[in-house]
Amino acid sequence: MSDRTLRGLTAIVGVADDVSPTGELERHGRRLEAAMVSEALADAGLTLADVDGICYAGMATGLAEYLGVHPRYVDGTMVGGSSYELHLEHAAAAIAAGLCEVVVSVYAATPRSDRRRGAGGQRGGPAFGGPNPMAEWEMPYGLAMPMGAYALAASRHMACYGTTSEQLAQIAVDTRRWAAMNPRARFRDPITIADVLASPMQASPLHLLDCCLVTDGAGAFVVTSAERAGDLAKPPIYVLGAATGSDHQMISQMPDLTTTAGARSGPAAFAMAGIKPDEVDLLMAYDSFTITALLHLEDLGFCPKGEGGAFAEDGKLGPGGSLPTNTNGGGLSYTHPGQYGMFLLVEAVRQLRGECGSRQVIDPQIGVAHGSGGVLSTMGTIVLGTGSTR
Amino acid sequence: MTKFFEPPISDSAIQFWDSTRERRLVLPWCAACEHPFWYPREVCPRCLGGPVEWREASGSGEVHAVSVQHRPGPMRDPAAGPYAVALVDLAEGVRIMTNIVGCEPDAATVGMAVRVTWEPLADGRHLAQFEPA
Repeated sequence: MSDRTLRGLTAIVGVADDVSPTGELERHGRRLEAAMVSEALADAGLTLADVDGICYAGMATGLAEYLGVHPRYVDGTMVGGSSYELHLEHAAAAIAAGLCEVVVSVYAATPRSDRRRGAGGQRGGPAFGGPNPMAEWEMPYGLAMPMGAYALAASRHMACYGTTSEQLAQIAVDTRRWAAMNPRARFRDPITIADVLASPMQASPLHLLDCCLVTDGAGAFVVTSAERAGDLAKPPIYVLGAATGSDHQMISQMPDLTTTAGARSGPAAFAMAGIKPDEVDLLMAYDSFTITALLHLEDLGFCPKGEGGAFAEDGKLGPGGSLPTNTNGGGLSYTHPGQYGMFLLVEAVRQLRGECGSRQVIDPQIGVAHGSGGVLSTMGTIVLGTGSTR
Repeated sequence: MTKFFEPPISDSAIQFWDSTRERRLVLPWCAACEHPFWYPREVCPRCLGGPVEWREASGSGEVHAVSVQHRPGPMRDPAAGPYAVALVDLAEGVRIMTNIVGCEPDAATVGMAVRVTWEPLADGRHLAQFEPA
């Protein structure tokens, strides 16, 4: 083991996202991706000519070709929703190693408007390349995906730790309170625990309001070296820690339904950053479902294993609480086009820059973006900090 | 009769599926490290060795986690109503996905003892499901 670290060597210098309260966007496909790249570069005060690295959760060269970029660094990591946390980790390492200098990651998906266009969207097709054991060993049993997989994790967590539907519902309630302050959020009307419990059961114990949205959405970020970041348009948001953990693809292969690989990636990223959970001012914790966010609270060390329900039930994740979480309104109320991890990073950067208007957290210095991909399969933890933390 | 998504047959699971034609539940074991594993594959996921042997399972297990599906999953008939999908820990020490049948879906609970029962598929194979023991 070397003692090399990525702490403070790179920074996010530009972000963009496009989300609409209607849940649909006018643009789609490559045009939307190109717009996000342009906006993120403009946010940074950079141009396409500065870009020498491309990250894309798929065939990255197709995007590079479309953009007219000839990159010297290409990352096509595709692990579902946390792909963008992994992109940032990989890009930070590559920049720190001198492989490249300015890397862009971009995401766009329009499952909602694709239905109207008759394009079929991104749902329902094969989720992964290669052999598909899911078809042989899971699909015959009719598990509704993805919510059924998360429901199994919730079932086990409840049985082991006494977690209640009310505690899970509190997470949806607090996330909606944040969404109420975000003009672009899909859903902004207040909800109560009773509303969550009265919403239609999807896959027990998860109700409709325990589940994320299906919306269009797109975003991008630009990352560069700390040296170069200092001369750009916005205050650099430094990458202080980054780590990945992955332990299965299919839910039936998850080693422990109540503990994700975030129990490894979280402490590793925090150790690199040199921080403890109580130093985190802002938490962007992937909330595909309420149980997803609850597991992150435990696995990242904000509370002991099994106590996530009790930890969240006093509303501390919401506005005015001690651990502001998912301040854009989350996958539950802001947007969820399928791979939501991009939006965790975009919101964390905007909060740390102080750009979030009425939902702005007071003077945050350290933010964590924690992505979850697949069905609780691959976790990517990123610790970000302002200039004061570097 | 319940409508099912018909599972494909991978090369490494031909013996498993053939056994289900006789309503026999067999599991892949690694002859080198003497452990069963799930799901079937060409090599043992502990040692990447083998050979893989097929051994009869007891058919007994315990519900590890369970979710009642109110929105039907792949190929399921919405008119058939909610049904229980579970992960079951088999006595041999592997965990498999299955349905819990033979009781109301909501009566299936974590920790419940279950035993295998068989649902016919159109091609003569059977799908292993579990009912209260």
